Amino acid sequence: MTVIEVRNLRKAYGDTLAVRDVSFTVEAGEIFGILGPNGAGKTTTVESISGLRHPDGGTIRVLGRDPGDRTLRDDVGVQLQESGLPDKLTVQEALELYASFYPNPADWRALTRELGLGDKLKTPYAKLSGGQKQRLSIALALIGSPKIAILDELTTGLDPQARRDTWDLIEGVRASGVTIVLVTHFMEEAERLCDRLAVIDHGQVVALDTPAGLIAGLDTEQRIRFRPSAPVDDALLLARPEVREVHRHGSQIEVVGTGNLLHAVTSVLAVNEIIAADLRIEQASLDDAFVQLTGRSAKE
Amino acid sequence: MRVFAKLTLTELKLFLREPISAFFVLLFPALLVVILGSIPSFREPSDDLGGARVIDLYVGIAVALTLAMVAIQVTPAVLATYRERGVLRRLATTPVSPLKLLSAQLAMFGLAAIVSTALVLAVGRLAFDVRLADNFAAFVLAFLLTAAGTLAIGIFVAAVVPSGKAGNSVGTILFFPLMFFAGLWTPREVMPEVLQKIADFTPLGAGERALNEAMTGSWPSLLSATVLVGYVAVFGFLAVRSFRWS
Repeated sequence: MTVIEVRNLRKAYGDTLAVRDVSFTVEAGEIFGILGPNGAGKTTTVESISGLRHPDGGTIRVLGRDPGDRTLRDDVGVQLQESGLPDKLTVQEALELYASFYPNPADWRALTRELGLGDKLKTPYAKLSGGQKQRLSIALALIGSPKIAILDELTTGLDPQARRDTWDLIEGVRASGVTIVLVTHFMEEAERLCDRLAVIDHGQVVALDTPAGLIAGLDTEQRIRFRPSAPVDDALLLARPEVREVHRHGSQIEVVGTGNLLHAVTSVLAVNEIIAADLRIEQASLDDAFVQLTGRSAKE
Repeated sequence: MRVFAKLTLTELKLFLREPISAFFVLLFPALLVVILGSIPSFREPSDDLGGARVIDLYVGIAVALTLAMVAIQVTPAVLATYRERGVLRRLATTPVSPLKLLSAQLAMFGLAAIVSTALVLAVGRLAFDVRLADNFAAFVLAFLLTAAGTLAIGIFVAAVVPSGKAGNSVGTILFFPLMFFAGLWTPREVMPEVLQKIADFTPLGAGERALNEAMTGSWPSLLSATVLVGYVAVFGFLAVRSFRWS
């Protein structure tokens, strides 16, 4: 079942075209990632889905309704960047207040425990660390027991441990049946969490696939390094169509090629009764896929 | 309604956690009456004031001061901070409209102004025998007109300033000349005629005049009422036109 449908979304701010043409659908129960460099149009896209921006063109349906439909606010939890709380509001007051906005609020005590905010209930917002503010923000997005949660740069500002804890939490939320739209520029996060990804660049979707599909679609070389137990003739390796180059670094051999390179190399070695020690394969990552699609590293 | 009450209560708590603004809004106007009233000559009828006492005038001025504190000093700073920090932006993603938060805030400020005004009137009556308005309805009308005129200006300032800090600064810069014309330093009755004429056209000058007229039992003059309604209309319109949620 499709819960979000975005078709030919277009949005300009004055002369700047933030989103040129974005289309995708999000299915119920999945974690859908939106990936892209800064300024690619990710935030504008999720703001439009959240009903905070009015698109200049295209259509958006969320749970079959227009994003401007206020009844959607009961069913969609949103965590956006640059949204804060009053300095002197405590964590507990914020959670109780926001829980009162919704017809079927989640148990905020359980939420704070899962998010590691259990001992911060009496702390005013201004006294929270960046990571704690971020976790409170996630809690507020989930407090209404939403059907869809839209999370923009959810782990930015978190330390590695808190980031992993947050990933566990998100997987738990998904397991409870919530559909999640995740905007991120962390490849590790996208690879770990997302079922499918849309890569957005210059206001357009440049790729839409599973993380594995994006990586497999790469036309990049693979490299295999190993130390052979007996001398190997380069020609034996180069005879295989998958192998493009063979380099020698001291006692190590590096084979560069495409396709099922590992199988090609190991079968040559097996036929010649050579054992490969210290075998290493340099595999393409989502990072590589991202660089190839956008011409930029996501960390920029 | 439940949400509105909860929002108003939350805003009230947050307001009371800012001890300095809470003091200046809730207690300072009454304290001013106490301080001025304790000066013996201010309790003597004065020929310059047509037989009234200085303290008689300062009760009305203190009420104007309360409204100036709330509307010109506090409102722009708080509202602009809420926008700057993304409080309104976050709210816009929930079932509760940011407009409800603004209404809750105005309700809370209205409540604070009423409490402070009641305190000023009580202190004036009990300690210095300042006669409460015979025509209470006229006083309520003058109070509401002054509150609406100054709040329209305060919300307009909140709408156009880029940050909470700027809202605070602009509010302070406006506060002093506006309160000057309301007679905080020299009651308008003893101002030179030119200044009196100018004061009649400023929001707090007109407001103070309407309040003092009401305290002596008459309805606000047509001039004061028109000036205040004018401020509501002009700045209310501009505020609605220029207000941004994020």
